[in-house]
Amino acid sequence: MGVEQKLGNMGVVTTRLEQLVNWSRTNAMWPMLFGLACCAIEMMAAQAANYDMSRFGMELMRASPRQSDLMIVAGRVSRKMGPVLRRLYDQMPYPKWVIAMGDCASCGGVFNNYAIFQGVDEIVPVDVYVAGCPPRPEGLIHGVLTLHDKVNHEKLSKWA
Amino acid sequence: MTDIREVTVDELKHLVSERAAQGETMLLNMGPQHPSTHGVLRLLLELDGEIVVSCIPDIGFLHTGVEKNMEAKNYQQAEVMTDRLDYLHPIGNNLVYCMAVEKLCDLDVPPRAQAIRVILAELTRLGSHLIWLGTSALDLAAMSVFLYTMREREKILDIFELVSGQRMMTTYLRPGGLWRDVPVEFEEAVYKFIDHMPSQVDEYQDLLDQNELFIDRTKGVSVIKSEEAVRWGITGPVLRAGGMAYDLRKALPYSTYEQYDFDIPTRTEGDIYARYAVRVDEMRESLKIIRQALNKLPLGPVRSNNRKYVPPPRSELGVSMEALIHHFKLWTEGFTPPVGSVYAAVESPRGELGVFMESDGSAKPYRVHYRTPTFANLQIMPLLTRGYFVADVVAAIGSIDIVLGDADR
Repeated sequence: MGVEQKLGNMGVVTTRLEQLVNWSRTNAMWPMLFGLACCAIEMMAAQAANYDMSRFGMELMRASPRQSDLMIVAGRVSRKMGPVLRRLYDQMPYPKWVIAMGDCASCGGVFNNYAIFQGVDEIVPVDVYVAGCPPRPEGLIHGVLTLHDKVNHEKLSKWA
Repeated sequence: MTDIREVTVDELKHLVSERAAQGETMLLNMGPQHPSTHGVLRLLLELDGEIVVSCIPDIGFLHTGVEKNMEAKNYQQAEVMTDRLDYLHPIGNNLVYCMAVEKLCDLDVPPRAQAIRVILAELTRLGSHLIWLGTSALDLAAMSVFLYTMREREKILDIFELVSGQRMMTTYLRPGGLWRDVPVEFEEAVYKFIDHMPSQVDEYQDLLDQNELFIDRTKGVSVIKSEEAVRWGITGPVLRAGGMAYDLRKALPYSTYEQYDFDIPTRTEGDIYARYAVRVDEMRESLKIIRQALNKLPLGPVRSNNRKYVPPPRSELGVSMEALIHHFKLWTEGFTPPVGSVYAAVESPRGELGVFMESDGSAKPYRVHYRTPTFANLQIMPLLTRGYFVADVVAAIGSIDIVLGDADR
């Protein structure tokens, strides 16, 4: 389990509730199965055998927003997709996080035009931005670990 | 953002039959967020019990405005956007764009560049078919195939990274040739891959052909014959699975494809299994083409010598004033093709991918239009699903291998 070395002779671990809850949140973060464009292919690659995101407790992609904690916006968000994306975000239960994967989701990328939102942060609050067009799977994994780090430092007073 | 809203099911109701209005049939919205729509396709299904009465695709959720955006960029810059259209077939998109520009400017492409283009295009086709095989098997509950195909796809991406530094969006092909010559390790890496790959293709086929569930759900389902498919403008494996051996690589050879000896796999059944079988056979043919191209890979330059369109090598910049001027002009203003319009087409893993390009003599294209195979192939969704079970819709979507970036552009 990874906690054995911390148990000592007594079989007891002392920690704060804050740390315990944050630790458990990071180790079973279920992303929503939601791909938009090119980045979705790299997201699939990150899930597959070579990169294997299940090492971080993320092997279970949920197709339903009601069962997921993390939205990975993988790809460009068009004007037509925007309301759908917002609705999916609203359907996710708290606590929830968003990763903007790739340049298009972060800032519009190469598509500076009428059809594409210049960053998904116009629609939903974003926790971590992952750069790249598309980011390598390692890039996404780094983004996820950055998010874990962020969650680990969340304060009790901030819990919704 | 005030004018942006979702289209409700009520607004699409006029597209379904009268029976829905009377409540005899049920309307079901599928997508745009659905694990088996291969992107952001939305389908409105009218169901009579479990049988599909009609199926209305709603596209445009990934409309990117690429064609309009290209008009604001010069010819070199616009190529970067082509990678992102059909994101499973980026090098093929570069290829068709470069072919159109070369036709417009009457540019020559050296034989070495042509051969490398063929190798990379076929590797891209393999990569696309691998993704298709993995995800459509995943839709039919065969999970492990996905893990195997993604493993092999990584090997293809490693080759792309070797030549261009990028895994997916390489923009390695340029009008008049390539960005630069391939590194010395290239040939060995590709040989290693094509030696290893045939056994893997056999393995995928074993995994699926001996899977009774897969056979049950694919044989005799969503049938479309060639005669019908031609009327709808369908191309690619969907057409070939119905019996017609139409492949642009043979019908209208480009990039020296006429030099290579390969077959066009066809089936006659026209069902989902036939489309699967055609694609798997195509993977073997692609390997054959790559091997032939590698065996006689010519030496020589990889870029045209026409300085009006192709930048000079960097080594010349320090010694030739003329090269410096060309370099400066090309990277500040771009090049100006003569007035005219052209159409170029390649065989993408999904069918005929064409580009129509019109030039008004300036450095920016006046109009670029893409004839994308997914957009045409999506039309037959109602035909493929009518009268079948609702569970077969998932298999049918997978079988026509849609990429929404290709359809919506």
